[in-house]
Amino acid sequence: MDLIVCMKQVVDLQQIRIKRDTREPVVEGAPFVFGQFEKNALEEAVRLKEKHGGKVTALALGNAKLKDLIIEALAMGADEAVLLTDPAFAGGGSAGTALALAAAIRKIGKFDLVLMGEGSADNYSGQVIGRVAELLDLPQITYVRELTVDGSRVRATRDLEDALEVVEADLPVIVSATSELNTPRLPPLTAILKASKKPMVTWTPADLGLAPDKIGAGAAVVKTLSNLAPEQERKQILFEGEVDKAVDELVKALQKEGVV
Amino acid sequence: MAAILVYSEQASVAFELLSKARELGTPFAARLGKSDADDFAVYGAQKIFVSDDARLADFNADVYADALAQTADTSGAQMVLIGSTKRGKELAGRLAQKLGCGAVTDAIGMMTQGGKLAAQRYALGGNTIATDVVTTERQVIAVMPRTFEATKQPAAGEIVPIDLKLREPRVQIVERKPKAAATANIESAETLVVAGKGFAKQEDLALADALAQALKGEVGCTRTLSADFHWLGEERMVGISGKKCKPRLMISVGVSGQIQHTVGILGSKVIVAINKDKAAPIFKVADYGIVGDLYQVLPRLTERVAR
Repeated sequence: MDLIVCMKQVVDLQQIRIKRDTREPVVEGAPFVFGQFEKNALEEAVRLKEKHGGKVTALALGNAKLKDLIIEALAMGADEAVLLTDPAFAGGGSAGTALALAAAIRKIGKFDLVLMGEGSADNYSGQVIGRVAELLDLPQITYVRELTVDGSRVRATRDLEDALEVVEADLPVIVSATSELNTPRLPPLTAILKASKKPMVTWTPADLGLAPDKIGAGAAVVKTLSNLAPEQERKQILFEGEVDKAVDELVKALQKEGVV
Repeated sequence: MAAILVYSEQASVAFELLSKARELGTPFAARLGKSDADDFAVYGAQKIFVSDDARLADFNADVYADALAQTADTSGAQMVLIGSTKRGKELAGRLAQKLGCGAVTDAIGMMTQGGKLAAQRYALGGNTIATDVVTTERQVIAVMPRTFEATKQPAAGEIVPIDLKLREPRVQIVERKPKAAATANIESAETLVVAGKGFAKQEDLALADALAQALKGEVGCTRTLSADFHWLGEERMVGISGKKCKPRLMISVGVSGQIQHTVGILGSKVIVAINKDKAAPIFKVADYGIVGDLYQVLPRLTERVAR
């Protein structure tokens, strides 16, 4: 079976600094990573391929650094990679991302299953799956924690707030992965070395038949007016040393706050 | 006043959204499929668009998005407010694509800014709060449950049956296994003790329980303890993919303080952190911290507050 895994390059969120005076995030210099849920999606695709045969294509959106990051996906077991790194793709938000992904999936052409994470690590808006599914007129199965394929049928267990829901659908289908789905493998060094020899293509908007002014910022339908760290004025008073004394001091402080 | 269409598969969330929609325009409600909610009018719905089409019997994002898009067209609503539950979020993206419009999901607040309606949401994994404006004429906003208070203000509630043209669902539900009813409601706890990876084994959570009991509070946990270790149910999970809690007192124990977690505790009045690593990021968002071994600190603290 042919599987496509959509992956988004995001900055390592643990490495973001916040400017004290303006509360603005500083992302420059932070390394790029794939989100956890996308690794779950990729791992599941590779496992399905190992069981049923076929091919896994990693379809990734990012900047020029994606060429290095994608090695991780190829080492985990993707057979080939399609990269969307043209700056014209940037700044499109969920709508622009979905437009680019849907066009690339159409160009790849043959697929049985499209997988992505339940949300991106940075925005976690969860919109892209529904938008891509609508553009490609596919059924969507979100929040998947168990997935099996039997012939042309897919069976999935969805993890919802109030219930686990077992659903079935005919392929092709688009699904989103939760972290409960599997534990993504850590590729051995030999796999990493071999990964750079796997096929990798970079598609431009023109390759996808998309006008540059209709994608990226041109496709954005949401404008972000501000993006600042929440005001946090925490006291950050630390008690160290002897436990009994530290606890006494803490309890006194909490009594003063009126919370114990 | 602009018409605002409200839908959530959870009636209590629909009531919250209707209450907010009254401030923003003329609230309409959509009642799709088998719904036992009949009191939308009590919360201010001027019209209630109703369809019990058999294809709406199960929630199927594809079909429901179609139903809501047609209801939006029929009602003339420019804005669709949805509950940002898991079903609501998957619906929001598909509906927005059908309507050719912008959407904001997981909104935690709405306000008017420069004559435009803006929605706030967490961004950069919870590092920041983004204020977004949808630039298309129509818009879909999915709002987190419990963001707005449900208040009663009875309105006409005219029932308007709608004739929807829907396709057969392409995803079939073969089994539904209800999760055990949430035993804890950590979002309404006045005091919350949150456990993290600093606990070496599941039995040791008894220490967190004891402290929570002494303070008449609840126990919450990080994603690792719930999703990976299964030590506690997900109804106790705090963070961007779990619950956002606003207790008066939050005691975070053995939690390193990754941003995806701390976004769930920012609304707390007082935050206490207990961690043996002085460099742990949790101390940066805490009012008070004890740098020490939780196995020594917790029993002592429990004894001290129980007095």
